[in-house]
Amino acid sequence: MKKIKKIKIKINGKIKSIIQDSNLSMVLKNLKIPLNKVAIELNEKIIDKKKINKIKLNKNDKIEIVHFIGGG
Amino acid sequence: MEAVNLKKDSLIIANKKFNSRLIVGTGKYKSMSECAKAIKLSGAEIVTVAVRRVNISDKNKPLLMDYIDPKKITYLPNTAGCFNSKEALRTLRLAREIGGWKLVKLEVLGDKKNLFPDMIETLKSTEVLAKEGFRVMVYCNDDPLMAKRLENSGADAIMPLAAPIGSGLGIQNKINIQIIRKQTKLPLIIDAGLGQASDATIAMELGCDGVLVNTAIARAKKPFEMALAFKNAVIAGRQSYKSGRIDKILMGNPSSPSKGII
Repeated sequence: MKKIKKIKIKINGKIKSIIQDSNLSMVLKNLKIPLNKVAIELNEKIIDKKKINKIKLNKNDKIEIVHFIGGG
Repeated sequence: MEAVNLKKDSLIIANKKFNSRLIVGTGKYKSMSECAKAIKLSGAEIVTVAVRRVNISDKNKPLLMDYIDPKKITYLPNTAGCFNSKEALRTLRLAREIGGWKLVKLEVLGDKKNLFPDMIETLKSTEVLAKEGFRVMVYCNDDPLMAKRLENSGADAIMPLAAPIGSGLGIQNKINIQIIRKQTKLPLIIDAGLGQASDATIAMELGCDGVLVNTAIARAKKPFEMALAFKNAVIAGRQSYKSGRIDKILMGNPSSPSKGII
C-alpha cells in the first residue's frame, strides 16, 4: 500500500499536518471555516476566497484565518 | 417657533446616513447576548469590532455575526491593538476581505500604558487607506493641528479622545475639542475616555457629531440601563446644542419681573 505523504504547515500560529498536495479549500473545509465570515492570508498575502480551490499548499506555508470579534 | 426636528438631523459619515449619534464598542461584555442586548437598547446603528484569529481548535465557539446582524447594524472594523502602520493596514485590508467593509476605524496606538495614539503612524496609515478606497474614521489625540492634517490626508471622520481609552475620566480638554469643531466640517466624534452618560451630553453640547462608547457601558454595574442612559444623553446633548444656549454672565439676572413687587 502506498503511504500518504504529509507536510507540516502553520494555521493561526499552530502547526498542522496535512496531506501533501492538499489545496487551501480542502484544509478550510476540514476545519469547518465559515467562508463568508472570515478573511484568509497565505504567507502574509490576502487570498481571494473564490480562488481557494486552485491554491496548492506547500511545506511551511503560513495561513492566517481571521474574523470579527467584540472590540472597542 | 420651530422645534428641533431630530428626525431630519441625521449623522452622515462617508455619504451614509445614520439616525443615532451614538456608536458603541462590542468589547468587554460578559457574553455575546449581553453585548447584543446592550447595543439594541443603546439604539446604536454602528458598532466597532476587532479583527482576530479564528479559534481553530474550538469550532463551536459563538460568533459575533450570529448575535449582531451586519445587515442591520453597520460593523466598523477597528485596528485596536495595532502599534504601527504596517499592522493597522494589514488588519484593515483583511477586514475589507471578510465581506467588503470599506468604512473602517483606524487606531494606531503608541504606548501600551496610556494607549495614546501614535499620530505619525496614524497619519501615514490614513493617507494609504484613503488612496486604497477605504473610508477612514480616525482615532486621534485632541490636537487641532493633527486633526487638520488628518483631514487633508483624506480622513472621513475625526475621532479625538476625551481621555485615555477605558479610563472613564470624561472630556479633559474642552477647548481643543471646540477648536477642532470650529475648523472642520467633517464628522467629529469623541472616541474613548467617557465614564458616564453626562460626559456624552457634554461632548454633544460642544458641537460634536457623535460619541463612541465601549467600557462605560460594558463595564457599568448595569450595562443595559447605562446603554439607555447614553442613548438619552446623546439625544439631550444634541438637542441642547441645536437649541442655542444662553450667554454666560458673571452676576445674577432675576427670572421674575422687578416691576410690581408689593
